[in-house]
Amino acid sequence: MTDNLKRQVAVTGIGIISSIGVTAAEVSDSLRLGRSGIVMDPERKSLGFRSGLTGKVKVVNPAAYGLDNKALRTMGEPALYGHCAATDAVAGAALSPELLGSGRCGLVFGNDSCIRSAAEAVDILRKEKGTRFVGSGRVFQGMNSSVTMNLGVRLGIRGACWTLSAACASGAHAVGQGVMLIRSGLQDVVVTGGAQETGWESMVAFDALNAFSLREDAPQKASRPFDRGRDGLVPSGGGACLVLEDLEHALKRKAPIRAVIRGYGFSSDGKHLSVPSSEGSERAVRQALDDAGIAPEMVGYINAHATSTPIGDAAEAKMINRVFGTAVPVSSTKSMTGHECWMAGASELIYCILMAEGGFIAPNINFEEADPDCAGINVVSKTHTGKVRYVLSNSFGFGGTNAAIILDFDINRIRGEL
Amino acid sequence: MTREQLASEINAVLAAQFELKPESLQDPETKLNDDLGLDSLDAIDLVVTMEKKFGCRILEAEAREVRTLSQLYDCVHKAKSP
Repeated sequence: MTDNLKRQVAVTGIGIISSIGVTAAEVSDSLRLGRSGIVMDPERKSLGFRSGLTGKVKVVNPAAYGLDNKALRTMGEPALYGHCAATDAVAGAALSPELLGSGRCGLVFGNDSCIRSAAEAVDILRKEKGTRFVGSGRVFQGMNSSVTMNLGVRLGIRGACWTLSAACASGAHAVGQGVMLIRSGLQDVVVTGGAQETGWESMVAFDALNAFSLREDAPQKASRPFDRGRDGLVPSGGGACLVLEDLEHALKRKAPIRAVIRGYGFSSDGKHLSVPSSEGSERAVRQALDDAGIAPEMVGYINAHATSTPIGDAAEAKMINRVFGTAVPVSSTKSMTGHECWMAGASELIYCILMAEGGFIAPNINFEEADPDCAGINVVSKTHTGKVRYVLSNSFGFGGTNAAIILDFDINRIRGEL
Repeated sequence: MTREQLASEINAVLAAQFELKPESLQDPETKLNDDLGLDSLDAIDLVVTMEKKFGCRILEAEAREVRTLSQLYDCVHKAKSP
């Protein structure tokens, strides 16, 4: 498909709940200032976790997002965070109840676990020797599709409504699928994003992989993508929502245009469950570039997937060097947020949008000593000011699933191309 | 506990758990679904809450027949003193 035949997909609303803020303004400040959201959680240590480090999301008031007790009975952490982010995104995009319920508006979120609810249900069964005290809500809290089933009903969605699970690329692939649904003409608007629970229950099995950082004496220094001293990731989470919309549709109703998604690329390594192949991620990135119709040198900033693991960061650095060379600024916002896993691919697009709107590139904090294994890329360790047009966001996940998304911030030029 | 006292305690539980206004619970003939908006999922939690609060066991078949506040009071009353 060539550009002139392709429906362009705009981002017309954003909402973000994360460890570095629960409003777009707060998150934007954190990104600019290089503020970390990582803390030490003593409960995890007392329970027997190898690492007690985690991103900490501020407590949100559900009533402020229109949620009463009845609503909360069917919503665990992922559904709650997804709902809060979506409330802000839908309000920002000024989506009317009529448009949301028109059947031309869909809902696709990335999520890959709701462990707390399942663990609670099993605990109750074991204690009570029966299921009757489990209650009515836990099944709706505990399914991976908890986010979209709760949110779909509350928003009155009558089009596409499902959850996509693809490990730590779930959020990015959910946005990618939203793009495809709009380009194909099947939907005009797709409310999309990702959610990630932060409770310790969700990280028990992940902690057992020895993948988490052990720099517990300095939590805010623990996540250090590309740095020579990195020793693992820090789990984190929250909710991220982007309203995607056919650009013409958005312009017609005078919706705010925050960005245009110019390219989406996906691939799978087909090799190993946990060891990434930089060949697979390269294919995803090149596919996104082809889809956007741009050359690598036109990309002005790369928001890396880099999670602060020795192997993963090195593989991504090699891939970036092969495709883009040494000049393009690169940072991993996971240095501040920790790894937001299922939602990372969606939240990091929002971080890119906030950077573009604020005229800066967020720093890769804690990048203090270059690692020869990550040589040949331009890691931004301090906040840069300036505008960029094309931004690439990478997301990779267990099982070797890869996603790459290219945002275009030259809204006026795109408007003129229509 | 008299039936009136029981009704009053049940109303207090309903008001708290389902965020209902106390004045909506005055008429014993008030329908749980049509008037108060309690659905089949609420009914599951309602039975469990009553059992825990009053230390009784409500039979599924009997709970299924409950339509009004009055029937709920009777059902719990019976379960408490079989």
